[in-house]
Amino acid sequence: MCETCGCGDPELMPVEVHESLLSENDRAAGHNREHFAGQEVLAVNLMGSPGSGKTAVLEATAAALDGSGRLSALSGDLATDHDADRLQKAGIPSLSITTGSACHLDAQLVHRALHDLEWKESDLLFIENVGNLVCPAIYDLGQAVNVVALAVTEGEDKPLKYPVMFRKADLVLITKVDLLPHLPQVDMKAIEDALSHTMPESAFIPVSAVTGEGIDRWLEWLEELRRHHGE
Amino acid sequence: MHEYSIVQALIDRVQKEADAHGAEAVNGIRVRIGELSGVEIDLLRSAYDLFSEKSVCEGAELEIVPVPARWTCRGCGAQIRAGEILCCSVCSQPASLAEGDEIILERIEMEVA
Ligand SMILES: Nc1nc2c(ncn2[C@@H]2O[C@H](COP(=O)(O)OP(=O)(O)OP(=O)(O)O)[C@@H](O)[C@H]2O)c(=O)[nH]1
Ligand SMILES: [Mg+2]
Ligand SMILES: [Zn+2]
Ligand SMILES: [Zn+2]
Ligand SMILES: [Zn+2]
Repeated sequence: MCETCGCGDPELMPVEVHESLLSENDRAAGHNREHFAGQEVLAVNLMGSPGSGKTAVLEATAAALDGSGRLSALSGDLATDHDADRLQKAGIPSLSITTGSACHLDAQLVHRALHDLEWKESDLLFIENVGNLVCPAIYDLGQAVNVVALAVTEGEDKPLKYPVMFRKADLVLITKVDLLPHLPQVDMKAIEDALSHTMPESAFIPVSAVTGEGIDRWLEWLEELRRHHGE
Repeated sequence: MHEYSIVQALIDRVQKEADAHGAEAVNGIRVRIGELSGVEIDLLRSAYDLFSEKSVCEGAELEIVPVPARWTCRGCGAQIRAGEILCCSVCSQPASLAEGDEIILERIEMEVA
């Protein structure tokens, strides 16, 4: 550069951006949302820890509806197609989204999968996210609601430890309540209290996929949502 | 480790701005990361150190501004402190998050000829 007057010296320039780093995902999610609205399909993003009972709740849902509701499902899985196979057996047209090393589904993955799944004729599209209490909460998929499965065996403090997930939940399904008689130390009130500290509109339903307890309330919740959504 | 995908999005965005402004180098980047964004600042930094190498961001300093969660009442606007039930004790309205879930690229400092 010119040493006497500095001409040709690079100039420092600040560029203000103020944009979310998730904006690309959010755009794709908005696009998915339009697809769902166009077909009047209610999309439910089902999240929770690995093994919290997400697939089992969906199996129980299909069994309780016994063919009276039109369901479809996408299932995020790191490595296998097990969950989609289970759901298919339960009578829900399903497709697996293998994420490989990714810890969550994103809106583009869901959009791609929508081309290969018969979802347009259904009333409810369940999107079972990858078992993980952190990452899935960050990525909007275009869903109408977020539902989190939290098993009674996971520890009462999980909502406090994972506030990002529970803050986003519209409903928490407290799963595996059939195990409570074997778990005298588990305090349901403590779970409810933790939820009220992390969810602005704390809403939960205790359910068991084994006994079917609470599944009727869960179906009512979904039905109510569909009525609301159709308006 | 979604921090990796977030850093990837960051680098892509910086590349776009650098191209648009004909930048010769990028000196610094500032992001705002909310306490309830789900992004771990330590992980974000190590992902950045790894991925910025040989990218437009190589050598650029990453400034991370942490944003604490701030809850307010939707009804009366009262502050709801951390650790409280997320519902206003005065008007029983649910709390809403005023701040603290952002993952935002705020500004880039670049060198132009
Ligand atoms: N006792 C009892 N066990 C359950 C219940 N629901 C699920 N389980 C068991 O919990 C384990 C995990 O259930 P899944 O439905 O596969 O859980 P998931 O959340 O879909 O798991 P990932 O998709 O792998 O994260 C299985 O062994 C189920 O049999 C329940 O209501 N009661
Ligand atoms: Mg499953
Ligand atoms: Zn499309
Ligand atoms: Zn992650
Ligand atoms: Zn208030």
